Amino acid sequence: MRKFFLALVAAALGSLALAQSGKLEIFSWWAGDEGPALQALIDLYKKRYPNVEVINATVTGGSGVNARAVLKTRMLGGDPPDSFQVHAGQELIGTWVVADRMEDLTPLFQQEGWMNRFPKGLIDLLSYKGKIYSVPVNIHRSNVMWYVPAKLREWGVQPPKTWAEFLTVCQTLKSKGLEAPLALGENWTQQHLWESVALGVLGANDYTNLWNGKLRFNDPKVVAVWNTFGRVLDCANKDASGLSWQQAVDRVLEGQAAFNIMGDWAAGYMTTTKGLKPGEGFGWAPAPGTAGVFMMLSDSFGLPKGVKNRTNVLNWLRLVGSKEGQDAFNPLKGSIAARTDSDPSKYNAYLQSAMRDWRNNRIVGSLVHGAVAPESFMSQFGTVMEIYLSGRNAQAASNAAQAIATQVRLGQ
Amino acid sequence: MNWFRNKDTLYGFLVILPSLILLGIFVYGFIFQTFYTSLTDWGRDPAQALSANPQIRFIGFENYRELFTGFVDARFRQDLVNTFFFTVFFILGCLGVGLGLAIVLDRSPKGEGFFRTIFLFPMSLSFIVTGTIWRWMLQPQGGVNQLPTLVGLPKGEFAWLTSREQIWQVSWNDLPFITALVVSVVLVFIAIAAFRGGERRRGYIATGSAALLLLWAFTLGRTLQPLPFDELHGFNLAFIGIILAAVWQMSGYTMALYLAGLRGIPEELREAARVDGASEWQLYQRIIFPLLAPITLSAMIILGHISLKIFDLIFAMAGADNAPTDVPALLMYLTTFRANQIAKGAAIGMILLLLVAAVIVPYLYSQLKSEVRR
Repeated sequence: MRKFFLALVAAALGSLALAQSGKLEIFSWWAGDEGPALQALIDLYKKRYPNVEVINATVTGGSGVNARAVLKTRMLGGDPPDSFQVHAGQELIGTWVVADRMEDLTPLFQQEGWMNRFPKGLIDLLSYKGKIYSVPVNIHRSNVMWYVPAKLREWGVQPPKTWAEFLTVCQTLKSKGLEAPLALGENWTQQHLWESVALGVLGANDYTNLWNGKLRFNDPKVVAVWNTFGRVLDCANKDASGLSWQQAVDRVLEGQAAFNIMGDWAAGYMTTTKGLKPGEGFGWAPAPGTAGVFMMLSDSFGLPKGVKNRTNVLNWLRLVGSKEGQDAFNPLKGSIAARTDSDPSKYNAYLQSAMRDWRNNRIVGSLVHGAVAPESFMSQFGTVMEIYLSGRNAQAASNAAQAIATQVRLGQ
Repeated sequence: MNWFRNKDTLYGFLVILPSLILLGIFVYGFIFQTFYTSLTDWGRDPAQALSANPQIRFIGFENYRELFTGFVDARFRQDLVNTFFFTVFFILGCLGVGLGLAIVLDRSPKGEGFFRTIFLFPMSLSFIVTGTIWRWMLQPQGGVNQLPTLVGLPKGEFAWLTSREQIWQVSWNDLPFITALVVSVVLVFIAIAAFRGGERRRGYIATGSAALLLLWAFTLGRTLQPLPFDELHGFNLAFIGIILAAVWQMSGYTMALYLAGLRGIPEELREAARVDGASEWQLYQRIIFPLLAPITLSAMIILGHISLKIFDLIFAMAGADNAPTDVPALLMYLTTFRANQIAKGAAIGMILLLLVAAVIVPYLYSQLKSEVRR
């Protein structure tokens, strides 16, 4: 009788989500400033499933440089974390999906009704052979040009609309004694600049074709990108590789430079750390030639094959993709929700403008931040950049990029 | 089994057996595995790179061929050149500074113990700490560049760590030619030493080889071109900052070695020389420096292998991505763990191993030989 009673209770509890128990290990590189945002998500999860022990396995290091190496040893060693943070798109697909390590999440997207909640351009970036592989939690914009409105008025220039215009403005500023009108930082920020130049010069269609293999890197159009890039670099500071992206932003705020091209985490830095008001202390515009296009990058979570706590992970993914989860996470992280139905009142002026663009603009993915090219390409693109910087030979850089693209089977 | 002539040898063997087995697996086994991996195509196909059961094909020395002659592997070749210059300047710097400090301290100045501790202290830090400190000091906008402003001069403009300037550029295609020249110069030196030592046969062989090599260098060697185009490599000025930090860290070590050597030279020798009328300079030149030669050799070996495999100092000072200060060890890390080119990373690792072995093995060999002689 007693056994029967116990079984009944167990069955009753089992039918409730509350009864979920066990563990859930979340692997990410969100530490420091980004830690509280992740904690907000974890707190929400604990509220829903109090019996699950959440393990926050954070590996510090910006942009996941260290975390990815740790992740690789764990995956190859047969000990995958229950769910890991990864840049949405090819960084996940080209590395882990093609290696058959991830589970298809299309059924989850259909169950939760997410197919209409996320923009189609984004879902395309998350898909491989028609299946969706990760749940995006946030969106950052990569093609933003930052400036200080008061300074520009002082110099008598407008934010340039195209790269050709940018080069003219650059000459004007140089003639007014500004040594380096464009502030540039270390290695990856140079590649970050390159992708904005490429989008501005090629336009959204050809930029997209570059990544799906329809436009080759040694096409004259891409050689032209490198040539423009070289002339843009001539407007930048020479000590770039010694500066972090924050130091590059500082140069703009201090008036040593007029512009900086950086992702919109720069807005978070300027509002939170520097205490500036969006629109007054700093201004923004799409990178030259990219108005109407939103170059995105996104952090996402997926479901590795062979995890121990599959149901817990699915619940985690449901939370990550939910409106509640995204609106808890993003205002703290300084990014916008990937969903198009989030609540604008929770976000500041810059983020609200980004949300409007996110809903209306054409969406393309960022190269440096893992959306359009697999890790193997991204990493070796650094070598292409070196070939260009050491010889300033646009054709050689284009050939090298094509050689690497062929080798890693980009777009196939 | 005449190995085990008595019980003691047997016990001795049994005691070291576990470590022999562990060494065999975890050192030599893994070296072999790395070597095998470097002969495969692991990582070329992204679908296979990280899959649970990767299909890996054997492709022979293709990875090595690509590293030395492939179009997109220019960075590796520049890294080899970087390592060469870094090693030369690092060793020269440490030996020079270390010897200078040791000679000063050997004269027993006031507070010798204090200074000895000060000079040796940097060695107790890890390269990561040294790198972080020097990174602050070598910021283009601050630190060392601000020093001149203290005395009213304009601030320095040198782009420590970030400069893209190169000097002493040489085309990669001239490498076979230059290598042949260097080796023949070495052979000539060996020949001269042999003739002086009365070993005529050895002398003739060395002279003959040098002549043959020179002949090859000036005829066929000029036509051997690894690359279809000229590719210039040289000494990156950005390395000056790294060399400064590395010398700062390790010269205390050479100082300690030299000081021990100087203290080991008996006072009678110096006095005898002085009585014979030797000036202070002659004393050092004729008596002390020759006696310090074995110490110089050991120091060169230790410093040489440190510099060949240096990773952490540069990682901390300039970051892994800063190409002007890149070295093969960093590139191996990037290639394997970022680009997922596992086989190519293994190939770079093997080349590093060979370089370090080229330094260490002759040293171990000479040590073993002298021990046997004893």
